[in-house]
Amino acid sequence: MSEKVLMKGNEAIAEAAIKAGCNFYFGYPITPQTEVAAYMAKRMPKIGGTFLQAESEIAAINMVIGVASTGKRVMTSSSSPGISLKSEGISYLAGCDLPALVVNVQRGGPGLGGIQPSQSDYFQATKGGGHGDYRNIVLAPSSVQEMAALTVKGFNLADKYRMVAMILADGTMGQMMEPVAIDDIEIETGEKPWALTGTECRRPRNIVNSLYLKPDVLEQKNFERFEKYKQIEENEALYESYMMDDADICIVSFGITARIAKNAIATARAKGIKAGLIRPITLWPFPKKPLLEAADKCRAFISVELSMGQLVEDVELATRCKKPVYLCNRTGGMIPSPDEVVAAIEKADKEAK
Amino acid sequence: MDGFLNKAKRVTLFAGHYGSGKTNVAVNYALLLKKAGHDVMIADLDIVNPYFRTKDSADELEKNGIKLISSEYAGSNVDLPALPSEIYSLVDIHDKYAVFDIGGDDRGATALGRYSDSIKAEDNYELLLVINRYRPLSKTPELAVEIMHEIEVAANMRFTGIVNDSNLGEETTPETVFESVPYAEEVSRLTGLPIRFTTVTKKIYAEVKDKIPNLMEIHLQDKIV
Repeated sequence: MSEKVLMKGNEAIAEAAIKAGCNFYFGYPITPQTEVAAYMAKRMPKIGGTFLQAESEIAAINMVIGVASTGKRVMTSSSSPGISLKSEGISYLAGCDLPALVVNVQRGGPGLGGIQPSQSDYFQATKGGGHGDYRNIVLAPSSVQEMAALTVKGFNLADKYRMVAMILADGTMGQMMEPVAIDDIEIETGEKPWALTGTECRRPRNIVNSLYLKPDVLEQKNFERFEKYKQIEENEALYESYMMDDADICIVSFGITARIAKNAIATARAKGIKAGLIRPITLWPFPKKPLLEAADKCRAFISVELSMGQLVEDVELATRCKKPVYLCNRTGGMIPSPDEVVAAIEKADKEAK
Repeated sequence: MDGFLNKAKRVTLFAGHYGSGKTNVAVNYALLLKKAGHDVMIADLDIVNPYFRTKDSADELEKNGIKLISSEYAGSNVDLPALPSEIYSLVDIHDKYAVFDIGGDDRGATALGRYSDSIKAEDNYELLLVINRYRPLSKTPELAVEIMHEIEVAANMRFTGIVNDSNLGEETTPETVFESVPYAEEVSRLTGLPIRFTTVTKKIYAEVKDKIPNLMEIHLQDKIV
């Protein structure tokens, strides 16, 4: 167990990435994730790695494609508008079956929006963002310690499945400081026989490509990729279950709002309402199973989120609308107070018999 | 407890590594100066971080009669590295105590360079280096000194003292503070600068008070949502 240090969430991502063997960072500054780049700029030269501030987000993601093709661990980070710019490249990474870590420390939107925290890129992260049929593994940390742990996990999953893993954090997670221990890093990278490392005339050449001239071949490729996605859905869904044993009201929330929900649950329970929380840690694959199980036991669900209602749709799908699903939300950089969440719990408790 | 305040100069500037706790220390120091009967103003010179600003303590400062000079964009929905012209009044008018909260690292200290000639000309200031050994990029004395030199170049000013603000946030214990003492002493030895004071929260003040000299009891800032 290494000694604890005090870090911002953004810094924890950067340090954990370096510990996970990522020696290549390409990015472009944007609030509220700039500390990832600033930290990399300080650390990468000291470990013989590469930090490069590209001329744009589009350039940065294409540099990521280049390094990912060689099988080396590589990452980029940005905030909402920057991820929109990178979405074309993310689709190409998916089409080339390349592993990479992409970090989105979300801010309010749409458009330039604002620099305060948000979760309104949930659809973009979990349903596509770029063009074509593809998925990203999406991880949603809820503490600075998890920012570090899920960064390592993200690299491992990306390598295992040859696809993009995305950290979907928000401005609060990126900016807040908490004690963190970055240790016992388990690097699971494995062989990468597909990587472009030079044949040295000893093997047939590898090709990394997302262009398929024959539609039936492309269709077959998509079928194969979705077989892989199916396995991931079966094996990799992660969630935290909090006070769910006897819960009548189930809150579903991730990231910063899950922490607010926990405070609200304590207050609600003191008032005699049995509330609990299911906190998705992977947003894709979405933890459908525990939610469906909860739908047989709970009277109502409440999605607490920083968007106009995006997570709420996956809650409705996962619970197959067996029970009413309420929305408790703020947007634009505003955050619900624990009291607002308590009020939502009381409303659901009263209405859903 | 506030013996270090006797040495207070008219201008006190807090600079240091990003996230070392400068804003909290500056706000608490201004409140102590006020409590000691001085007329105090505080200026937010941070052009690096749009969050965690002196302005978050605006209500408390106002309640205590401390004028705050801060960018109107601080804590807003835009990230503009703007400074209000009012800051000159703290530098050029010498009838009040002035506390400056400087942005992190050399990038933050660049803004101070704009005012350093006037401050040095008046020659009644302290430039204090805020250090936290639990911040990974300043965890060794050598790293802290490296950052200090970078700040001095950017600010065009020399530090005059050290503030040991070593903490692990809410997980800070008396041991956390005790273990930081040799670190702070080594930074002091390497730089020849005195440790002006060590910060502790109220929670642990009693346990460390007779063991570390020049303690400053601080309370943590409540973020205004």
